[in-house]
Formats: sequence, structure tokens, C-alpha cells
Amino acid sequence: MIEIKGLRKTYGAKGRRDPQVVAVDGVDLSVGEGDVFGVLGRSGAGKSTLLRCVNMLERPDAGTVSVGGVELTTLNGRRLRAARHGIGMIHQHFALLSSRTVAGNVAFALEVTGVPRAERRTRVAELLDLVGLSERAGAYPGQLSGGQKQRVGIARALAARPKVLLSDEATSALDPETTDSILRLLLDLNRRLGLTILLITHEMTVVKRICRSAAVMRDGRFVESGAVTDLLHRPESELARDLFPLDPFAELPGQTVVDVSVSGEDADIPLLTEVARTLDVDVRVLSGSVETLAAGRAGRWRLAVPGDGAAVIHHLRSRGAVVAVAEASS
Amino acid sequence: MTWSELSDLLLVGLQETAWMVGVSTVLTAIGGLLLGVLLVLTAPGGLLAAPVVSSVLGFVVNVARSLPFIILLVAVIPFTRAVVGTTIGTDAAIVPLTIGAIPFFARIVEAALREVPPDVVAAATAMGATRTQIVGKVLLREARPGLVAGLTITVIALVGYSAMAGVVGGGGLGDLAIRYGYQRFETEVMVATVVVLVVFVQLIQMAGDVLVRRLSHK
Repeated sequence: MIEIKGLRKTYGAKGRRDPQVVAVDGVDLSVGEGDVFGVLGRSGAGKSTLLRCVNMLERPDAGTVSVGGVELTTLNGRRLRAARHGIGMIHQHFALLSSRTVAGNVAFALEVTGVPRAERRTRVAELLDLVGLSERAGAYPGQLSGGQKQRVGIARALAARPKVLLSDEATSALDPETTDSILRLLLDLNRRLGLTILLITHEMTVVKRICRSAAVMRDGRFVESGAVTDLLHRPESELARDLFPLDPFAELPGQTVVDVSVSGEDADIPLLTEVARTLDVDVRVLSGSVETLAAGRAGRWRLAVPGDGAAVIHHLRSRGAVVAVAEASS
Repeated sequence: MTWSELSDLLLVGLQETAWMVGVSTVLTAIGGLLLGVLLVLTAPGGLLAAPVVSSVLGFVVNVARSLPFIILLVAVIPFTRAVVGTTIGTDAAIVPLTIGAIPFFARIVEAALREVPPDVVAAATAMGATRTQIVGKVLLREARPGLVAGLTITVIALVGYSAMAGVVGGGGLGDLAIRYGYQRFETEVMVATVVVLVVFVQLIQMAGDVLVRRLSHK
């Protein structure tokens, strides 16, 4: 649904002394239809620029961006505006019109897309119902809570029935509970409308709760990217490390320490007791957990097993787990 | 001077001031809005970024703003003759008043439009809004409270400028105060004029404040 190839965007350095800043440095990204893809990174990693390049709010210096099969980098004027109708966007600080009511804000999106006046009223009612805000139709944004404002933002973004939704830190200004309800709404829209969502965030919770695919971005590049469950199985994955932090450990004489990750149905097999019973060994959990992610059930543990652990590793692997021997931190 | 003579003088003065300020306010509102919008649009990073146009406009505005009004009043006399056919009288005073106030208001419009969060403009752009829609439905509309507050300031400045209109025979309250109160030492005319001006300005400010309050929903 979204295909990005070799995207580059730099700022500054217009013959002046200020150094050139490379915001996005050669990013390839592919988001499948109906996927929820999260780009995780600290501020300044370039994720906001990346997102703004998807609907040409920023013009990339190099690379291609296509959404729904339409190449956007070469579009201008009317054809770019038409393409933008198919791409909804929500913002960290909501970006609502303070001079219009809730209904007026949603109607604005319809005016922009050229929906005739007669249809607007019913469409506004539908959209407000979709985000659960029908009762506040006559309120001004200044009278709403953050969560309600973001719901208006979502209703507005969906006005033109887009196939794709871009989310620019949509929950970063919200408290944890409100974040939860907005994420639930996004996931619900993803399922009900088949909406493809590309979001950027610095919050791991967002990835955990709604993303099926993710990328970690640093210094304008993707450090890793792919399905969340695949990333979890990579011992070097930063996403795995953040989602399932494993504590450092000192060398254990006569024992081997292994990192084990499981996902999908494998996460619910009583794997550890099973391996202990079958091989008649003691397995000690040093750290780890099992969680329910949007991408499915997943778990990761750091285990201490006796000897070289070969038999345990073999058994775990035969049951679908990904196992790697861990290095002690000195 | 009797009370009835005084009140006749004041009434005529008030009418002349109201006429000069009223007409030049309407013209200033139109001209200042256009110029202010142009300043914002052509600025670097604006919707119609044009560095040359932007700096030329900015320079012209600054030149006009640096002229003391009393000098502007005289300097534009040839232009006034071309526009209204005469260089003296109330109508003739409207031309320099408008020319003086447009750059002043344009800067206020510029500042008010810059207060609209860039986020909101980006959101409209991302929705596929045209530049016309962004200017009309986002920038101008969102900035309405600031624009009205700015226009109130401008109207009151115009009341002040209009006191100098006597130089070109424009009449008005200021002229009355100078001719009777100052030159003829009729202090009661001076005091009465000042009182009327104070009330006039207060009413303008109050009307502006009420309108701003009704327009802002923050």
C-alpha cells in the first residue's frame, strides 16, 4: 500500500555556514494493505520527516514514494491534492481549527474534498458516530479533552474515506489511559475499514499495542525493520530488547545461559516445565516475560541451564522457539 | 461661547472625524488584509514563497511606516488630487489616512496570521486543501480574533492621525481642539473635545473587545 525506496531528505546548507542536516538518509519501507506499521525512534531520528514525505508535506531530495500504486514524488497541484484525499493524517497536537465546532472541523475536511453541502451533514454525523463523539458535535475544540480532540482529528482524517492513515505521534500528548482508548480506536478502524496505518512514535507501548510491523529508526536510517514477531526472534534486535528487557548476568560456573524467544501459538505451550520434565533438568528463569502484543502472543526469557545446554537448546528449537547462547556481562 | 454653539461645533467635528475614520477604516481593512496576506504568503517558507517580492513589500511597508504622519499628509498631496480631485477637505484627508494606516494594519495582519499554528496549516495541506482554501478557511478564519483586535488598534490610531487632518482642511475633533482650544485660548472647547474623543475611543475599544470575545473559542 505504501512503497518507499531510497528516500533522502536534507535540510539547511543553502550556501551558508550552517551544516547540512540529513533528516532521512536512504530509507526503504513497504507497508502492506491493512497492516499497522510503527516507526519507533527518539526525537531527531528523522521519523517525522519520513512521515511528512509520505504525503509530500516535505518534498524528498531523492527516492520514490508511492501510495496505493500512485507515485507521489512527481505529482503537483490538482493531482497531488487528489492523491492526498486518499491519505488521512493525524497529529500530535491535533491541529484542529479552533474557530470551528467539532462538526465544523469534520465538515472542513469534506469541504476540501468537494463533498456537496447536502451530503456533508449526514457524513459528519456518521464520522462522529464512528469515533464516538456524536454528543459533542456542537462543542469547540477548546472545550474538549485531549482524547476527544484526537477523536475529532481521526474523524476528520477519515472524511475522504482514505485507504491509508498517517499518524504523527498521535498519542504522545495524551495520558496513558487516553492513549489506550485512542489506540483501541485505531486498531478497531484498522480491522473494520481495512485501514492501512503508518505511525511514528517514541513510545514502545504504541508498537506493543497496535503494530504488526515495525522499524527502529536512528540518525535517518532504519536500524531494523520487519514483522514485530520476526524482530523479536533476532537476538540483536533493539525492539526485542525494549519490549522484553533481559537483565544482565554474571558468568555462572557449570551452566549455560540462553535467550529464548517464542511467538504465536508457541508462546502458550508450557515450554519450560515441559523441557524440564522431558530432559529431567532444572531450568532457571533469570528474566523475561510473556506478553500479548497486537502482533500476537510472544515471550522472551533468559534461562540458566546446566552444562553446555545442548539438549535443552535442541528440545526448545524442536518446539518452535528461537534460542541463542547469551554472553555474560563482565 | 454658549452651550448650544459648543455642542454644534462638537457635533460637526464628531461627524467629520467619524466620516474620515470610518471610510479610511474600511479602505484600510481591505488594503491591509491584502497586503498582510501577501506578506505572509510570499515570506520564505510561505505558501507562495517569493523572496524578492517579499523583501520589496517589506521595504515599502517599512518606508511608509517610518514617515511621520504629518509629513505623509503633505507628501501625498499630488496623489490625493489625482484620486479625489481636491487636496483640501474631509475627503482629501481620507487618502493620506488610508495610505498611512494600510502598512500599519498590514503588519498587524501579518503578525496575527503567523499566530495560526503551522500544524493546522500542514493539516489542511495534508487534507488536499487548495491555497485559496487555506488562506480563506484556515489562516484568515483562525486569525479572526487577532485581526479584529488589530483592527481596533488601527481604528484608534486613525482617530489619532485624523487630528492632524486640519492641516489639509479636513476638520474633525482634533482640528477643533487646535483651532478653538489652542489658538483661541478657549479652554472649555479643548476640554469638551478631549472628553468627546475619550468617549469615542472607549466605545471603539469596547466594541472591538466584545467582538473579539465572541470570535475566540480558545
